[in-house]
Amino acid sequence: MGNMSEVVKKCVNNYQKDPARMLDVIRDVQAELGQVSDAAISEIAGQMNVSSVDVEGVVTFYHFFSKDPVGQYSVYLNNSAVSVMMGCYEIAKAFEKEAGCKFGEVSSDGKIGLHYTADIGMNDQEPAAIINGVIFTSLTADKVKAIVADMKSGKAARDIVKEFGDGKNQSELIKSMVKNNIQKKGAVLFAPFSPGSALNKAVSMTPDEVIEQMKISNLRGRGGAGFPTGMKWDYTRQSPGEKKYIVCNGDEGEPGTFKDRVIFTEIPEMMFEGMAIGGYAIGADEGLLYLRGEYMYLKTYLEDVLSKMRQAGTLGKNAGGKQGFNFDIKIKMGAGAYVCGEESALIESAEGKRGEPRNRPPFPAQRGYMGKPTSVNNVESFCSASRIILEGGEWFAKMGTAQSRGTKLLSVSGDCKKPGIYEIEFGTTIQTLLEECEGRTAKAVQVGGPSGSCVDKTKFGQRICYDDLATGGSIIVIGQDRDILQVVHNFMEFFEEESCGWCTPCRVGNQLLLHKLEKVMHGHGTEADLKDMEQWCVTVKSMSRCGLGQTSPNPIYTTLKNFRGIYEAKIQKGKDFVSEFDMAAAVKDSCAVAGRKPNVEGH
Amino acid sequence: MSKPVVATTSLAGCFGCHMSLLDIDDRILQLIDLVEFHKSPVDDIKTFSKMCDIGIIEGGCCNSENVHVLQDFRKNCKILISLGECAIMGGLPAMRNGIPVKECLEEGYLDGPTVDENKKGARIIPNDEELPMILDKVYPCHEIVKVDYFIPGCPPRADLIWEALVALVTGNELKIPYEVLKFD
Amino acid sequence: MSDIKFTIDGKECTAKSGQTIVEAAKANGIYIPVLCHFDGLKPAGTCRICTVKTGGRFMAGCTTPVAEGMRIDNMTPEIEDMRKQIIEMLFVEGNHMCPVCEKSGNCELQALAYRYKMMVPRFPFLWPKREVVANAPKLYLDKNRCVQCLRCVREIITTDGKNVFAVKERGGKTTINMDEKLAAGLSDDMAMRAMDICPVGCIIRKEVGYKVPIGQRKFDSKPIGSEIEGR
Repeated sequence: MGNMSEVVKKCVNNYQKDPARMLDVIRDVQAELGQVSDAAISEIAGQMNVSSVDVEGVVTFYHFFSKDPVGQYSVYLNNSAVSVMMGCYEIAKAFEKEAGCKFGEVSSDGKIGLHYTADIGMNDQEPAAIINGVIFTSLTADKVKAIVADMKSGKAARDIVKEFGDGKNQSELIKSMVKNNIQKKGAVLFAPFSPGSALNKAVSMTPDEVIEQMKISNLRGRGGAGFPTGMKWDYTRQSPGEKKYIVCNGDEGEPGTFKDRVIFTEIPEMMFEGMAIGGYAIGADEGLLYLRGEYMYLKTYLEDVLSKMRQAGTLGKNAGGKQGFNFDIKIKMGAGAYVCGEESALIESAEGKRGEPRNRPPFPAQRGYMGKPTSVNNVESFCSASRIILEGGEWFAKMGTAQSRGTKLLSVSGDCKKPGIYEIEFGTTIQTLLEECEGRTAKAVQVGGPSGSCVDKTKFGQRICYDDLATGGSIIVIGQDRDILQVVHNFMEFFEEESCGWCTPCRVGNQLLLHKLEKVMHGHGTEADLKDMEQWCVTVKSMSRCGLGQTSPNPIYTTLKNFRGIYEAKIQKGKDFVSEFDMAAAVKDSCAVAGRKPNVEGH
Repeated sequence: MSKPVVATTSLAGCFGCHMSLLDIDDRILQLIDLVEFHKSPVDDIKTFSKMCDIGIIEGGCCNSENVHVLQDFRKNCKILISLGECAIMGGLPAMRNGIPVKECLEEGYLDGPTVDENKKGARIIPNDEELPMILDKVYPCHEIVKVDYFIPGCPPRADLIWEALVALVTGNELKIPYEVLKFD
Repeated sequence: MSDIKFTIDGKECTAKSGQTIVEAAKANGIYIPVLCHFDGLKPAGTCRICTVKTGGRFMAGCTTPVAEGMRIDNMTPEIEDMRKQIIEMLFVEGNHMCPVCEKSGNCELQALAYRYKMMVPRFPFLWPKREVVANAPKLYLDKNRCVQCLRCVREIITTDGKNVFAVKERGGKTTINMDEKLAAGLSDDMAMRAMDICPVGCIIRKEVGYKVPIGQRKFDSKPIGSEIEGR
C-alpha cells in the first residue's frame, strides 16, 4: 500500500500535478504497478486534487489502461478483421497453450496477460501483437512458442525481437521487426526530400502566401473527411487570439490503415516540417503530435528526430531561420481509443480527459486545444503541405481529379500478394489497384475501413477520390473464400466497443445493430429484420453526434446494398416471425443448480 | 355473425391485469354482449376446444410452462395481445434478470432470510420433475411468439382495456386519451 | 442586436443572436422534445431527441445556434419516428421498471414515451447488469435507470470545484459513476438538487419520497411539452 502511494506520488510529481497530463500520469502508474486499481485511482485523485470519478472515467476509457492487473508481460493481440483472416485465432490458441491462461486472463503467476485489442496499424503483417509496447508481427505458432519461452525466462520484451524490418525500422532507436512494405512511390510523399528545404522556403513567404499556395493546391484533409487544408488554416489564422496551436493527428485508428506509421518511420522530418509550415501560416508557436498509443515504439525515435531538427535550426527559436518565428513540437501519447481520431476528441484526450468529441460550434479553429484556436491536420496532409510549398500549389493541383488533387497514400491489406503502402494519384480505379497489389481474385474491397464502404466486383471500376470512393487510406481486399458477414460482424463489434458512449444512437444503436446482425447470421432472421436493420442504420447515421456514429452502421448499410444476396440467403423467407428463444439454453442453469435433468420435450 | 371468442391467461404475472379487466365495472355486461369468453380464469375453462379470435396474455415467461401456455395461445388465437408491463417487458419478475438464476434460487430456497433456520441441511432447491423449469431470465412474450398488440400499464387502466377491446372487436380506430396510457 | 428570422415547420419565428434552436423554439411557443437538456446548464447533446433537420442535415437542436434564414423541420413524420426510436433505445438500454420506480409519474423519459405513445419498444431488451449504490448517505444511485444525460455531471459540483458525478467505461458499457465521499459531503440542498435534476429515477434522495399521490404527479394528466405549446 505504502509502495503504491509512493509510486503515485512520483508519477504525479513528474508532471507537476498538471491535470492535462492525466494520461501520462496514469500510463506511468500502470507501467509501474501493472494496473490502476481503485486504490490507485483514489490516490491519484487525492494527489492531483481532482475527483476520483474523473480519474476512473479516464482509466476506463482507454484500452491500454486497466483497473485489473494486465500481467508483467501484457500481450495485446490484434483481432481486427484482417488479423482474423490471417489466422489470429490460431495464434491466440498458441498463446493460450504456451502461457497457460485464456485470453482475457492473466497467468496464475501474474506473469503473462493475454488480451485482444483492435487494429494496431500492422495490417500488412498480421497476425500481430503488442507486448509491453513492443510490436511482434507475422506471428506463427512457432514464433509464439519462442516468444512465450523468452517471457517466461524474464527477457525484456525488446530483447525478444530477433529479426528487424526494413528501412529505419532497423535504426538503433526503433529496432523493430515492423516492415514498411512501400510498394509504390509517388511524386508527393515518397519523392526525394531535403530536410529543412520546405520550411526555409515557407518562411521566405508571408503566412498569407503560404495559405494561398495551399488553397491553390486544393489539398484536402487526408484523414478521409477531406476538408480543404488551406481553408482550415485560414480560419484558424483569422480566429482572434494570441496563442494558437497546430496539431498533428497521428491517431490513425481506422482498421486497415497504417500509412502514417510508415511516414513516422521514414519521412518524419517532412511531416514535422509541414507542421512548422502550418504553425507559421496560422500564427502558432507550438505544435503537438498526438501519437496513437499503439505506436509507442516510435516515440523515442521521433523525439530524437525533433531534437535533431532543433539542432539544425528547423525548430526552436527563429525556426527555419525566420527571425521571430519560434516554433517547437511536443509529442502527446494516446492510450488506445479509436474515437480520438476525431479531431475534437483528440483535443480532449490531449488535454488529459476522456476522448469524447465536443459539440460544435465552437470549432477547433475557434476554440481548440486549451481553448485556443487550433488546426488539427492529418499526418499525410502535413507531408503534402511540405511538398506543396516546395513545388507550388499549381504543380500539385495538376495531379488527380477535379475534386481530389495530388496523390494519396493507401494502406493495402487482406487477400492480395503485395500488401503495403501505395502512393497513387487520385482517380485510380479499384481494378487498377487490385492488379498492382495482385489481389485480382477479390470478391469485395473494403474502401475506407469499416466506416467506409464494402464494394462489390461490379463496381471495381469506381475511382478512389473524394468525388467517388473517399478513403482515409484503408483498403482491405476480401478474397473469394471469405465470409463477408463475418467481416461485417467484426467491424460492428469494433464500433460497438469504440463508441465513446456519449450519444444515444451510437451507444445503443450499435449494440442493437450488432444483435440484429447476429440474429440474421444465426438463421433467425426474416425479411422484416433486414428492413429493420436498414431503418436503424439510417437512424444511427442521421442522429449521431460525431463521425464515428454517423459512419458506424456502414458495414451493414453498404453490404445490405451491395451484397443483399448474402443476407437473403440467411433469412427464413416468407415467415413473419422467428423466435430466437432457445428452451434448452434457457433452462440449463436452473436445472443444473436444482440437480434435475432438463426435459425440454416433455414440458 | 357469431361473437368474437376471447381467451385469457396469466403467466408470470400477479393477476392484477385481470383484476383491471374486471374493473371496467358494469361495462362487463356490454362486454359479455360483445364477446364470448373461452379458455380463461374468468370462466374457468381450462383447455382450448376451438379457435379463438383474441388471446389476452398477462405476465411474461419465467418458466417452461409459461412458454408452452404462450405457444398454445399463439396456436389457438388469431390475435394475441400482451396486456400489462409483465407481458410487455417482464415487469417486476424481470428485476431478477440482472442476477444469475443460481443466485436467485439459492437466495430463495437455501440462504435467504425467510428460509427456516431450523431446517438446515434439509433445504433443497425444488427439483421435482413435475415442476416447470425456471428460465435464465424473464422473457417478454413477444420474444417467444409473435404478439399483435400491446396494452401497457401496471395494471393497464380499465378504460384503456375497454377501449382497446371495443376498438378491436368493432374495427374502429383506437383513440387513447393521454390519461390512460401509463406504465405504472 | 436585431432579431434573427427563421422558420420551424414553415412557421415564421424570431430569435435573439446566440440562442440555440431549442431555446428559440421554446420562446416561440414551439416544443422540441428534450431530455438531456436542462435550462441553465451548458448543452451536452447526449440524448439526441431534440434532433431537427435543417439544410438537409440532421442536428441537435440543443447545441446548434439558430441562424438567420434557417428553415427547420421539427415535427415531420421522419423526425418524429427517429425521436421515438431514441426513446425506445433508452428503454431497452437500461432496466426501466416503471411500476416500482419512485420517479414514475415525474419521470421525463416516461413522459416522452407517453407523449410518443410507446406501447412497446421495437428493439429487444438488452438487460444490462447495472449496479445499485445504496450505501451512501443522502443519495441512492440506481444505475439501471440512467439515461446518460450528464445533467448531474454538469450540475453537481462541490464548492471546491470537484465533480461528484462522471461517466466511466465507453461504448455499451458506459455508466454513470458517483464519488461516494464527495456525495456524502453534499449539502441537503445539493443532494435534493441532484435528485430533482435527474430526469429519471437514477438519483434518488433518501429519506423523502412518494410525496405526491398517483394522479397528481407531474405527467399524470398533462403531456410533457404542453407547458410550452399551451402558451
